[in-house]
Amino acid sequence: MATSSKHTATVTVRYKDGVLDPQGVTIHRALTDLGLNGIRQVRTGRTFELELEPDATRETVERACRALLANPVIESFDIEMDT
Amino acid sequence: MKFGVVVFPGSNCDYDAYMAIKHVLNQPVEYLWHADGDLKGSDCIILPGGFSYGDYLRAGAIARFAPVLKKVVDFASGGGAVLGICNGFQILLEVGLLPGAMLRNRNLRFVHRDVYLRCDNTNTLFTGALEEGAVLRMPVSHGEGNYFATAEQLEEIEKKGQVVFRYVNAQGIQAEGSNPNGSVQDIAGICNDRGNVVGLMPHPDRAIEALLGSTDGRAMFESVVMAIEGQTCEA
Repeated sequence: MATSSKHTATVTVRYKDGVLDPQGVTIHRALTDLGLNGIRQVRTGRTFELELEPDATRETVERACRALLANPVIESFDIEMDT
Repeated sequence: MKFGVVVFPGSNCDYDAYMAIKHVLNQPVEYLWHADGDLKGSDCIILPGGFSYGDYLRAGAIARFAPVLKKVVDFASGGGAVLGICNGFQILLEVGLLPGAMLRNRNLRFVHRDVYLRCDNTNTLFTGALEEGAVLRMPVSHGEGNYFATAEQLEEIEKKGQVVFRYVNAQGIQAEGSNPNGSVQDIAGICNDRGNVVGLMPHPDRAIEALLGSTDGRAMFESVVMAIEGQTCEA
């Protein structure tokens, strides 16, 4: 079976603790209204799938996060590299 | 003096600002296309409202990479007058000319209505014609106007008097229901520490003629004309 040669990174950007997430609050309320009472809190975020050039490193992705993908005032980011 | 109104793909209040300056204040004004990177000798730059680049990623996040913005940052760093209205304010935050960030409105709704603002700092290029504590009425029209700053940033902003406008009631008092978006400490507009860069969510450009319901926005444009030309502008 051929293996994929794609070099990828998955970036998750989410609001920092203490930053109000109105969408998360509203979604949580909707879940509660549906009778799903086991969920204490919902925080929303956003995922970016990056397909990288072969020589790109985690540092490349970190630079992308700091420069654009996340706003450091309100958001934090996690990077998951494929290798 | 000459005004320059920056036009991004998705700007939709560029013509409001242009009209306000040209036909109400009778001042020279030109459009500045985002891709040109040329301020055309403007003495005051307006970043207008709208949805630059479709508000992709975060409001104002993409606009900050436009060639014209590099020039605006240099211009502002040299003390040049820059006013960001609504989306223009969001861009000033993203590019780092003003501190803080914008969140979705607390109730998640796009809000379009008149609000009252109290001027808490008359020592800026855009509020010199106002009296401290003056209450202005003008419209807001946004989905992401919930101003946020970290505790350290807020302390610094308040200490330096960088809050220019706060949402208040008609009597000029911060009160329940006056803040349309949940912004921290009822902040509607701020300035940099030199007072040459001002950003606000409400629209002075839409409060310029009695026919529109308010003329309270004029004072901001008149202020910058006074500051730069040292004379009262003949509206």
